[in-house]
Amino acid sequence: MATLAAVIASTHHPFYYKASTAPPEERPPFADEWVAKILAFRETLTRARADVLVMVGSDHFHQLWLDNMPQFLVGKAPFYDANFYNEEREFGLPRMLLKGHEELSSHILRGGLDEGFDLAFSNELRIDHSITCPIITLRPEADLPIVPIYTNIFAPPLPRPGRFVELGHSIRRLIDTWPSDLRVAVIGTGHLSLELGGPRQFGPHGPDPEFDRKAVEWISSGDIERALAEVTLDSLWTPGNATHGFMDFMLMMGVAGEGAKADYVDTLDLFHTMEAYFTWYPNGVPA
Amino acid sequence: MSKYLLNKFLFTVDRDPSLVERYRSNPVETVAWWESTMANEILGAHTGEASTWLAFTDIERDALAQHDYVRLFELGAHPFLTLTLFIAMFERDYAEPLAFQKEYAARLSHFSLPYPDIAT
Repeated sequence: MATLAAVIASTHHPFYYKASTAPPEERPPFADEWVAKILAFRETLTRARADVLVMVGSDHFHQLWLDNMPQFLVGKAPFYDANFYNEEREFGLPRMLLKGHEELSSHILRGGLDEGFDLAFSNELRIDHSITCPIITLRPEADLPIVPIYTNIFAPPLPRPGRFVELGHSIRRLIDTWPSDLRVAVIGTGHLSLELGGPRQFGPHGPDPEFDRKAVEWISSGDIERALAEVTLDSLWTPGNATHGFMDFMLMMGVAGEGAKADYVDTLDLFHTMEAYFTWYPNGVPA
Repeated sequence: MSKYLLNKFLFTVDRDPSLVERYRSNPVETVAWWESTMANEILGAHTGEASTWLAFTDIERDALAQHDYVRLFELGAHPFLTLTLFIAMFERDYAEPLAFQKEYAARLSHFSLPYPDIAT
């Protein structure tokens, strides 16, 4: 069976690419600390020696639109072009091309459907910064094949938080039972408290530092029960109007499992939102 | 009221560089043109097939024609779509980094929770 080599949950900050590649005179003052933290985080994936990456993210109204909006979608294609004109325009993100892993896509689609998730699929998916940001931070060579999984955290009505956790559990079971010799890493990105297009946006910190503190505690200790007790679709509006992206972290807690303490935890308090980085090694810390 | 149609305008303009510039420089004309030619286009359907029923209310049309992002927020347009497009159009007019985004937040400061419903 396949080996789940690492489970990684991260915020995705589209400004990292520009902050880390700008010429010295244009680098923001926080760039050096940010780059150092990213390099340390990257090492946690490198050590896992993954062969294939399952990438959980959420399309930001790029390819998926309100005339036909899936709740959970799995890409199944040999390649994925990546990043869009408006991400190039606003964030300076590069165009990318990533390889797909169709066999694992098929396994997750078939198994997910059989486990009760009516997953949508796409045979021609252009992926956006929710997936390319962690490629840039964690695997900038962009050389490993991926299986993209998109969740709807963006366009209500949304699935409830518990459903994200359940999908995480299901992804975990499906990888653990995949008849393959490959080493799989699951990487998912979301947000802590975040406001976009509202009165609390672009402050000196994330809009709700107390939520961020609790969220980091839930994730790092694997406390799914507490997270589910405190987080609802309604409650997520309070820390910031884009905080439903936290449900992608809850999905990743589901992949890691109830009570699974993260082997690596780091945070960075930035303007606008807090960065947070977590890695679990479900089959032991690699040598 | 059609939050969906407001979002469709923001979505289709934001992804087209020429439309971003056209909407920035000539909003009244762009909104009128878009409503008469694009509002009923089904983006994922066969070319030539279209809907027949989509139109802005006067309030929605005016909000778009006046670049009134505060009113768009009040009407329940998706805040991510509004922010992204308005950054593309107006961030360039401000000297300091994030100055437009901070002014945008300040102009929305009279809103408190719960914000206007964005469900479509």
